[in-house]
Amino acid sequence: MATATAPKKMDMKDFKAEVPPDWCAGCGDFGVLNALQRACAELEIQPYELMVVSGIGCSSNLPGFFRSYGVHSLHGRALPFATGTKLANHAMTVIATGGDGDGYGIGLNHFIQAMRRNINLTYIVMNNEVYGLTTGQVSPTSELGMKTKTTPHGNLEAMLNPLALALATGCGYIARGFSGDVKHLVKLYQDGIQFPGFALIDVFSPCVTFNKQNTYSWFRERVYRLEDKGHDPTDFHAAMDRALEWGEKIPIGLFYRNPSPRPPLDAQDPGLQAGPLVSQPLGMTKEQRAKLIAEFM
Amino acid sequence: MDASDVIVGIGGAAGDGVASAGNTLALSVARQGLGVYAYNSYQSVIRGGHSWLRLRLSAKKPLNHGDQVNALIALNQDTLDRHLQELPPGGVALYNSAKLKPSYDPPDGAQLCPLPVPELSAASKDLPVMQNTVAVGAITQLMGLEFTGLETVLEHTFAKKPKVVAVNVEAARAGYEYAAKHFQPLPRRLTKTTQKWALVMGNELFAMGAAMAGCKFYCAYPMSPATHILEWMAAHGKELGICVRQVEDEISVINMTIGASHMGVRSMCATSGGGFALMTEAIGMAGMMETPVVAINVMRAGPSTGVPTKTEQADLNQALGASQGDFPRIIIAPISMYDCFNTMPLAFNVADLFQCPVIILADLLMCEGNETVDPALLDIDMDIDRGELITQTNGTLARSASEGEDTPYLRYKDTPSGISPRAIPGLPGYLYVSGSDEHDEDGVLLSDVYTDTVRRKKMVDKRVRKMSTLLDHLPAPKLEGPPPLSPPFQGGAREGAEVTLVGWGSTWGVITEAVERLNQQGISTNHLQFKFLVPLHTEVAKQLLGASKRIIVVENNQSGQFARHLRAETGITAHAHIRKYDGEPFEPKHIVAGVKEILAGKEVVEVLSTEPGWQTEHPSGTSGDWDGRIVAVAAGSTEHVH
Repeated sequence: MATATAPKKMDMKDFKAEVPPDWCAGCGDFGVLNALQRACAELEIQPYELMVVSGIGCSSNLPGFFRSYGVHSLHGRALPFATGTKLANHAMTVIATGGDGDGYGIGLNHFIQAMRRNINLTYIVMNNEVYGLTTGQVSPTSELGMKTKTTPHGNLEAMLNPLALALATGCGYIARGFSGDVKHLVKLYQDGIQFPGFALIDVFSPCVTFNKQNTYSWFRERVYRLEDKGHDPTDFHAAMDRALEWGEKIPIGLFYRNPSPRPPLDAQDPGLQAGPLVSQPLGMTKEQRAKLIAEFM
Repeated sequence: MDASDVIVGIGGAAGDGVASAGNTLALSVARQGLGVYAYNSYQSVIRGGHSWLRLRLSAKKPLNHGDQVNALIALNQDTLDRHLQELPPGGVALYNSAKLKPSYDPPDGAQLCPLPVPELSAASKDLPVMQNTVAVGAITQLMGLEFTGLETVLEHTFAKKPKVVAVNVEAARAGYEYAAKHFQPLPRRLTKTTQKWALVMGNELFAMGAAMAGCKFYCAYPMSPATHILEWMAAHGKELGICVRQVEDEISVINMTIGASHMGVRSMCATSGGGFALMTEAIGMAGMMETPVVAINVMRAGPSTGVPTKTEQADLNQALGASQGDFPRIIIAPISMYDCFNTMPLAFNVADLFQCPVIILADLLMCEGNETVDPALLDIDMDIDRGELITQTNGTLARSASEGEDTPYLRYKDTPSGISPRAIPGLPGYLYVSGSDEHDEDGVLLSDVYTDTVRRKKMVDKRVRKMSTLLDHLPAPKLEGPPPLSPPFQGGAREGAEVTLVGWGSTWGVITEAVERLNQQGISTNHLQFKFLVPLHTEVAKQLLGASKRIIVVENNQSGQFARHLRAETGITAHAHIRKYDGEPFEPKHIVAGVKEILAGKEVVEVLSTEPGWQTEHPSGTSGDWDGRIVAVAAGSTEHVH
């Protein structure tokens, strides 16, 4: 992040790609993108020091609209791909993005494993409670009873609770934002990016085309900021209580931040002790070779 | 067969210590300058079953595990009952006479070598595994080798436990001395040589070769028979500066590996067919995003869970068809254990040069088997060629002299070679986004909104164009064995060569020996082994095989996957086939007998490894057990080809 010469103040435009987003007008993902551009500018991250990796889905198109190094990987696989990029060059800031279907459906196992693994990256999930790119099917975070093209008689499967799951899995930074509240989101991103370990930021990002149930107004009526209610984000049990809240009132904000987080994987992996892998010399020394051959004799 | 070689079979139940007894013997023999090739027919159980390890020991480096056991070490009654009848004249059967008793007379000329283990090793009372050490000592004597080799191995193995060393050395020496006094030595005696040998398995050579070739990231999910690569990497990652991760599944494995490679780090993963099935979507992503990646499939008998501890060469179709769509890929099948090592720098180099996935097809036989390799062949400097990789700002690769600093960097620039200079993320001035979606030269997606038939075709053509120069980097196959070719090739029927055996991958060693035997028996045979399957050396293959009198494809699968691939690529239809898909590898005798059957008129010979007493009373023949049945085996009739 640091540069030798006094840097000019960065602007969110520095993170704006030439390609304009192709999301539907009013899509919640615009708020997510704007907040991320603002957060990165305020943190003064250089675009070339940032890798944004997504999966597949409407929201996973984000790296194409964001000016940095980016990868639009496979459906559900943003986290493994992003983990590989971080392990290869842990000097880079790595952000993974995607939707609820991508991260909590097809990629759910990777989500849980990435939290266990505590790889130092920020995971932003644009949660719209529906499959948007495939034009409106039920998602793991769709509410019980929700009618979609594939649940014409109502959803019979319980909603996945990503925050409670993250708490139970040992994730060190757990937050939820709302794309209708960009300023609030910027702060959550900044904290998440600076957190030394895996950080989850689940974002309510309404799908204006295919989710007529969880709309902007639906969220606006319900969401409240945890910080306004005196929530202590270092209290695990209080965080779990808040994570389970769903109904008339739904909390957003920082649920949990581990006050004494364990070092992230990239700080501990025995193979990374000499610094980022990408800068290491290839192959081995004659002495190392001789030792390995001796093991076979 | 070289008269100086000895094949020792060690059998017992899982948990009896078959593998460790085998390792001790193999290492001590290798330390006395003799070559070793070992293959363990084991089962996917931790306890019980029948584990049958064969070690071929010879002054001349053995190329396969052979087909006639000269010495049997039976660690349980079942092994003694099954294998005693296989011994040729002069063969020996060693067993603990306090526990085991032959159920029938040995074949004519074979010698029973009962070892009174409790008398020879007091420690055996508490440590039943001492019977193995006594037997290894005894066979060392009967093969004519010195005791010191064995002693040094035992000292080394138990270096941290001096008491255990003493007990083991004592037991081994007692066996060694007892055998000298009570038994006749083997007619084929081994003699110490000055050759130094490294005792390795294919998996270890893959791992070490990769490390030497610059692999810095290795990721895997445990799956037999590829797990040793992960274990070797995990054991050595810290000292070599390699990031080694075991992760949740093979989907994660391949995506993480490609992610690391995308950042500019040489990366590799390995699995077996079932895990490779999970990887295939991402193999296509590596093709689309033009990310180099090396993925090893150590084949085992499939489909599905299949026979996890048995060998097969039946994943070629899977590798050919891995992932949807058309994209450049490279498929390499190393032809020997040493070749596993040798393949690594080439695999990483062509992956980097051509920015595409490299699939390595190996198999259980080669990867879990043990072989001796001249250590000088491992002590080499590997050439590392990263291809058109931009690792520094203002590098010269991306922008030609005519282009200024302001020229935007095109990650997927449409070049005459199809290869676009690849910038490592993290460099100022080269920002780009890579996508698994189709994209234009600048990386911007040609998604539904921007669909453009001209650009779509341009990008497919750009990627596929890379294949046109790939063959220049891959050595062509050569016809081996008599009669020698006399180039320039004249066309027409080749004089002398009655038969051309065609193989791929791990069967090189066993076919080589079969060719030698066939020629000795008056059936003039030569041999063409393929290592590079995609791209295939089509023109060379057509030239070498075009006039062969009788092409026989030998492969370890049911449907002749390589024969079909060869036909698809070259138009050459094999005249006949020798196939094996019972889980066990070919032995030279199978191929020799198969060729004879083909010369007698058969087109497809399916060979089977059986033990002499195996039979079934099940009407369909699908279920049966050896169950202690004894059949009379005439000496020498060991070619069980059905």
